[in-house]
Amino acid sequence: MSKKQKKLVLFATAMGLMLCITPVANAMHIMEGYLSPKYCIAWGAISLPFLIMGSIFMKNTIKENRRSITLFAMAGAFIFVISSLKIPSVTGSCSHMTGTGLGALLFGPAPVAVLGMIVLIFQAILLAHGGLTTLGANTFSMAIAGPFLSYGIYYVCKKCNLNRKVSIFLAACLGDLFTYCITSMQLALAYPSKDGGVMASAVKFLGVFAPTQLPLAIIEGIITVIIMIALETYAKPELKSIGFLKEVN
Amino acid sequence: MSKNKKTVIILSVVIILMAFVPLFLLKGAEFGGSDDAGSKMIEEINGGYEPWFTPVLETWIDGELPGEVESLLFCLQSSIGVGIIAFTMGRFVERKHKEDEQKGAA
Repeated sequence: MSKKQKKLVLFATAMGLMLCITPVANAMHIMEGYLSPKYCIAWGAISLPFLIMGSIFMKNTIKENRRSITLFAMAGAFIFVISSLKIPSVTGSCSHMTGTGLGALLFGPAPVAVLGMIVLIFQAILLAHGGLTTLGANTFSMAIAGPFLSYGIYYVCKKCNLNRKVSIFLAACLGDLFTYCITSMQLALAYPSKDGGVMASAVKFLGVFAPTQLPLAIIEGIITVIIMIALETYAKPELKSIGFLKEVN
Repeated sequence: MSKNKKTVIILSVVIILMAFVPLFLLKGAEFGGSDDAGSKMIEEINGGYEPWFTPVLETWIDGELPGEVESLLFCLQSSIGVGIIAFTMGRFVERKHKEDEQKGAA
């Protein structure tokens, strides 16, 4: 092993240890059994086309160039790490980030649906976090809506010639926040308030999630910028091969 | 030190501060999950909602997952992710290193 690799291994070990002492608590995603069957099926049905589109896209990209596998692995692993970290927030409760921004920026939103769902299944079965019945709804908010918004924002920022790092930050950060807005809407649709209807309970749910999530969304934006800097420094050939780095040199 | 390195260091410090400052600011806060707050909100709006499906794992083991085991599984999730990222990044870094060396030699 080279010196740098040794350092990396050490760093990874330290990171792993650090993660073990993170305070454990149940955080967001719609909980198992909290959506009535008709909503579970409806959200599942909405998510399905995106999942199929995503897997076709992934298959074609990998077939066209084998190099993209490593970046897919990175994007997936990034979601794995980021969504397992529960971070204390200023409101006194914990929540976690989504990590879907990176994949959406690299590949576009479609394949992230697949990557995100893998993580959600892992958490639903092993951790009783999220749930199998609510998988469709959670996939839609975390792995479809969020990434689509991230990608859209990045696209607009690029068109406006905004600084790359700033656009990456904005895209990842707002995508994360948007995920929670969608979650609130989904809950509100299922639980309309008696005296205000869907909108009133949407505001209530947003009131629970948004203040907790805001600082975390900012952290997610920053982390995404850091990993992007790392990739741009060390993985230029891969980024060019998937067309992400056309605009830089 | 390159500009990128500086940016990364500054950003990392910001992240660490943002993540841990609430712990010190809000002494005695519970730091429960925001989805527990979500379930409470549902009860408030809907009045005593009973979830109609319990997580499969809780059905298998007949009860809630013990906190320690839950932390183990979460840790497993992060370590799988970190493992893949560290392995891939390690390869990328080493490759760049070799390329630079070759350029230096030529």
